[in-house]
Amino acid sequence: MDILTHIALGAQVVFQPINLLFCFLGVLMGTLVGVLPGLGPTAAIALLLPNTFHVAPVSAIIMLAGIYYGAMYGGSTTSILVNIPGEAASVITCLDGHQMALKGRAGPALGIAAFGSFIAGTVSVIGLMLVAPPLAKFALAFGPPEYFSLMLLGIILLIYLASGSILKALMMFVFGLLLSTIGMDAISGTQRLTFGILELSDGVGLIPAIMGLFGVAEVIANVEEEMKRSIISTKVKNLLPNLQDWRDSFWPIIRGSFLGFFIGILPGPAPVIAAFSSYAIEKKISKHPEKFGTGVIEGVAGPESANNAATGGAFIPLFTLGIPVNSVIAILLGAFMIHGIQPGPMIISKYPDLFWGTVMSMYLGNAMLLVLNLPLIGLWIQVLKVPYPILFPLILLFCLIGVFSLNYSQVEVALMIGFGVFGYLARKFQFEMAPLVLAIVIGPMMENNLRLSLVISQGSPMIFITHPISAVFIFVTLTLLISPFVPWISKRRKKLQEKVEGEEI
Amino acid sequence: MMKKWKWMFMAVAICSMLTVNVSAQDFPRGPLNFMNPFNPGGEVDIAARAMQPYLEKNLGVPLVINYLPGAGGALCWSKLAAAKPDGYTIGGFSIPHIILQPMFMKDVTFKTDDFVILSIVEYTPIGLAVKKDFQVNTVKEFIEYAKANPGKISCGGVGKFTGHHFATLQFMQLTGTKVNYVTFTGTSQVQTALMGGHIDAAFTNSTMMVSSKDQIKVLAIGAQQRMGQLPGVPTFEELGLKMYPRIARGAMGPKAIPADIQKRLEKTFLETTSKPEFKAKMEAAGFVPQVMGIADSHKFLEEEAKELKKLIQEFDLLSPAKK
Repeated sequence: MDILTHIALGAQVVFQPINLLFCFLGVLMGTLVGVLPGLGPTAAIALLLPNTFHVAPVSAIIMLAGIYYGAMYGGSTTSILVNIPGEAASVITCLDGHQMALKGRAGPALGIAAFGSFIAGTVSVIGLMLVAPPLAKFALAFGPPEYFSLMLLGIILLIYLASGSILKALMMFVFGLLLSTIGMDAISGTQRLTFGILELSDGVGLIPAIMGLFGVAEVIANVEEEMKRSIISTKVKNLLPNLQDWRDSFWPIIRGSFLGFFIGILPGPAPVIAAFSSYAIEKKISKHPEKFGTGVIEGVAGPESANNAATGGAFIPLFTLGIPVNSVIAILLGAFMIHGIQPGPMIISKYPDLFWGTVMSMYLGNAMLLVLNLPLIGLWIQVLKVPYPILFPLILLFCLIGVFSLNYSQVEVALMIGFGVFGYLARKFQFEMAPLVLAIVIGPMMENNLRLSLVISQGSPMIFITHPISAVFIFVTLTLLISPFVPWISKRRKKLQEKVEGEEI
Repeated sequence: MMKKWKWMFMAVAICSMLTVNVSAQDFPRGPLNFMNPFNPGGEVDIAARAMQPYLEKNLGVPLVINYLPGAGGALCWSKLAAAKPDGYTIGGFSIPHIILQPMFMKDVTFKTDDFVILSIVEYTPIGLAVKKDFQVNTVKEFIEYAKANPGKISCGGVGKFTGHHFATLQFMQLTGTKVNYVTFTGTSQVQTALMGGHIDAAFTNSTMMVSSKDQIKVLAIGAQQRMGQLPGVPTFEELGLKMYPRIARGAMGPKAIPADIQKRLEKTFLETTSKPEFKAKMEAAGFVPQVMGIADSHKFLEEEAKELKKLIQEFDLLSPAKK
């Protein structure tokens, strides 16, 4: 059986002590940033990326992936105990989770969140194993026109699913595209918008941009807000949910797992959307929808499973096509390049140890997280009590050191601070960061594929329509772009928007 | 309080003095940065990764490979020419790219003699391959098809004013044909595009032909004799086309690297490339391994430059109309 040998290969990779260590570090860091409000997995991965330069690529990817799904576990802890979402995907958990905690049932809430996440994590890893390799074979059919159309569709979907205004998301995307044209032209070697600054000749650095937008900007924004924390300080007990709890949560967990996995494949802030959708579905099919919001366990189990499953789904486009669907995956894509791995259809066949090692590490990581989050819950409660005046300057310091240590370049430090200030202001005006980051990452890829397509077709844009796969993507893109003008859809979208109000992605 | 500041100032001063006085005895003290001008998975990368363990062992420090692809390598080399000449920043190169680009590209900020070539490690002959389901099976049929459909065959290669671009121009000149040259940023991209049938043909490296010979059709190779790894593939010469396009690669640094550090690095590369197991590995991958120090490499560079200039004049290859 083919898949068994692959699993064995993956296990071989994961059970090397160094990879076990990196997996553990990843999920530990993930839980930590998940627990801490204001610091998300994007910022954490951006911060830690430079520290992985000297290790083997598979170890680095294992750790960075661990941060991503680890954060989904940690986020629920803060939501339940403090009523502040640890990160965006756990917002909805506050509704019922914190209510449960107030009723003295913090233990089962935390327990079901962790178990649900574990089950969902497992489902999504199995899904990734089954879906990605056959898809990768299909990926050779993707040439420049298909890639371009797919990326266009991806970005339009992301904009469409943006929680705020479509127009603002579009503006951020176009601004990102503009930034991505800075640097030496990839075909003719002409300098574009570099103003004689050598550091800019290979484009705006991804790491300074992300650290600025997510690290610095978030710290500034958080310093401004005074966060009121009412930590449930009574001892958390009875972490194991009882039989009735299990009976209530079993189906929400299963539904959440599958829903999350499929939403994960789509571009956008998948974990957030998955959690919201799961909550909406559970409420709709529940026999007692009126009780939602008063501390029912289904309202914790479903969304927490869904946000975890979404992280697994998001890896599929990365491993099969080399296309990032959200900003975390975009940074992972950057990590691939830094570690000498050309992302794309060849990745699974060319680097089987990387793919299967990462997949197996996700199994193991989910098990580690279960241990980290249940018996050690007391530790995370202590972390929640670290005063912000200590925490925030530390994050800022890490950002500054991290970006300088990349190339010892002051230009990049200045760039990061610039992005930080811009990110802060953009946030104030409710602009989202995700389209900007994604545009910076895929802008050069889009440009390159667009130009290659046009060279192949000798200048005719019809190539995007005569290639059937590409034509489908273009058609869907156009449909999406037109749909906001259809009143029925735009009304429904507005409703969804109100629900997601005030969300950071 | 004052005292503390004084100490700190002294510490900083001492540190900065240490960095000024670089000499070969204490070189290298930290990791070396190897700038790769192409995508991961390309020839420079394969060779660099094959050398990496030997180099690291020899130097006793890590070698970090950074990727700066774009503009057929010109982006990376512009940066490398301006890098601090302390021996800690070196990079890969390709000949003829570093000869041709300063001659023809407008915004390139490096010159061929900005660099010291530490070692030429290998070269790869350039050959012509077509996609698996393309209707031609030989170079002769390729020429006939190209003549019947001028400019219609899309033919991939890496960059402009590179070995591949030059081979394409030379081929078109010799055969009186015209193909549509499609510029990619690295050979791994050319390989995927050709295997997927998104381009019809490619002038590309022997290494790529060896690694994917079952998924493409290799028509000819630009070597003097047939290659051991590609026994059934004729040379261009056998087919009456006197062209021997190839790309030579290795490691170079800014010219101002102190002489003793240059010697230290040269020694490291020579000790690596003369290892039989390294040679065997490179040959199996489709490279032609070389063992060359600084003097040999510069001689090779000069000869190659002379040859190229002769070709450019002979064929009037790069007159404005033909660009």
